[in-house]
Amino acid sequence: MQQIVNFFIRNKATLLFLLLFGLSLIFTIQTHSFQKSRFIHSANFLSGGVYNTTNNISKYFDLKEENTKLQEENARLRAVVFNSDVETVDPIYIDSTSYNKQYLITPAIVINNSYTKGNNTLLINRGLNDSIEADLGVISSKGIVGVTRNLNSKYATVLSILNNNISFSAKLKQSNHSGSIKWNTKDPRFIQLTEMPKVAPIKKGDTIVTSGRSSIFPKNIPIGTIANFKLDIAENFYIIDVLLFNDMTSLDHVYVIKNTDKKLINNLIQQENE
Amino acid sequence: MNSVISQNITRFFLLVLIQVGILNHINFLGDINPYLYVLFFVLYPLRNNRLLFIFIAFLLGLSIDMFSDTGGIHAGASVFLAYIRPLITKFSFGTLNEFYSVKFSNIDFIKRFTYICIMVLIHHIVLFSLEYFSVVHVITILKHTLLSSIFTIILILLTTIIFRKSSK
Repeated sequence: MQQIVNFFIRNKATLLFLLLFGLSLIFTIQTHSFQKSRFIHSANFLSGGVYNTTNNISKYFDLKEENTKLQEENARLRAVVFNSDVETVDPIYIDSTSYNKQYLITPAIVINNSYTKGNNTLLINRGLNDSIEADLGVISSKGIVGVTRNLNSKYATVLSILNNNISFSAKLKQSNHSGSIKWNTKDPRFIQLTEMPKVAPIKKGDTIVTSGRSSIFPKNIPIGTIANFKLDIAENFYIIDVLLFNDMTSLDHVYVIKNTDKKLINNLIQQENE
Repeated sequence: MNSVISQNITRFFLLVLIQVGILNHINFLGDINPYLYVLFFVLYPLRNNRLLFIFIAFLLGLSIDMFSDTGGIHAGASVFLAYIRPLITKFSFGTLNEFYSVKFSNIDFIKRFTYICIMVLIHHIVLFSLEYFSVVHVITILKHTLLSSIFTIILILLTTIIFRKSSK
């Protein structure tokens, strides 16, 4: 007994180090698994508040750019209103009434954005009070942005598509060949589309859109255009570099999409699996 | 003694605020950020309570993690650095005892420079290994470590030189 106590006293620094280092490892590993929500995140009162203040100040510097973006968007929306009997090409502006109210759209503002790390996240100023939930799709006026993750009453963190831990399905706009999208952590302008079958007719410059196979994003939300493609080692699938429509390094106004049928869909899938 | 404690407490909060408010958004050449908060470990008194130092390192790292949404990578790197700092000081300053009472700014430049370089490099390599957490990205880890380290070292040297007079 004496020896054990002595051992602890002699190595107390090492033991404390191992304990704290292990704790940080656990936190790190938690961020690498997509399903679990984590313990330490920036959607809390303290850091959310600090970022909100910083954003209030820095917002003034790019008002001009944001105004132009909003103006463009207004112009497009007006065009949609005027041609409301014609089916719109741009699927982001789906009128929710004509869609049987399957998708509810909430506007939000990005108050913190990262794009230089291997696993990037955003912080938006909408939370549980605005009936946001975890695992909702987030898009901007140009294309997809990410998926919501941790929430509190006023803020939510969003896993950016520039995140090594997130992958979702995407398809060619002109045909229904689909593959899975995942970022290779190298360049924030490009994202990688894999598992695209060899028979798919692809060319440089073709548009890639969401496939609507998951309940997170609706079908046909634009992602980007094909910049480069090659066959994988087994020569069965294409590996495609997709140039994103969205400039992930400059995001401000985004929209959160809520699929009201999500529960029904997930229940059905669960029954199937049981 | 009290002035040393209050000095370190102010330094702690100031460095966290500067790091998350300004330096995390520099993104020089696309994705290179300096991590100035390593300065806290560089300047922490050599004569210290080791357990307290490791624990403070954990807190500092965790507060940076909370703001930058990175899980526990800064906490891990900081705790590691705090744990092996005695080895680094021994390596770069030789026998320790004579330096216990000497001010950091009075140590000659070459020794100080090696000390800062080793501290920063070790911190960054642990940081980026934890961030990417995979053997596939070894090249990316090394590239980021090297480029960020250069940036951080320059910034730390500048800060210590600029604030030298006030601390004397």
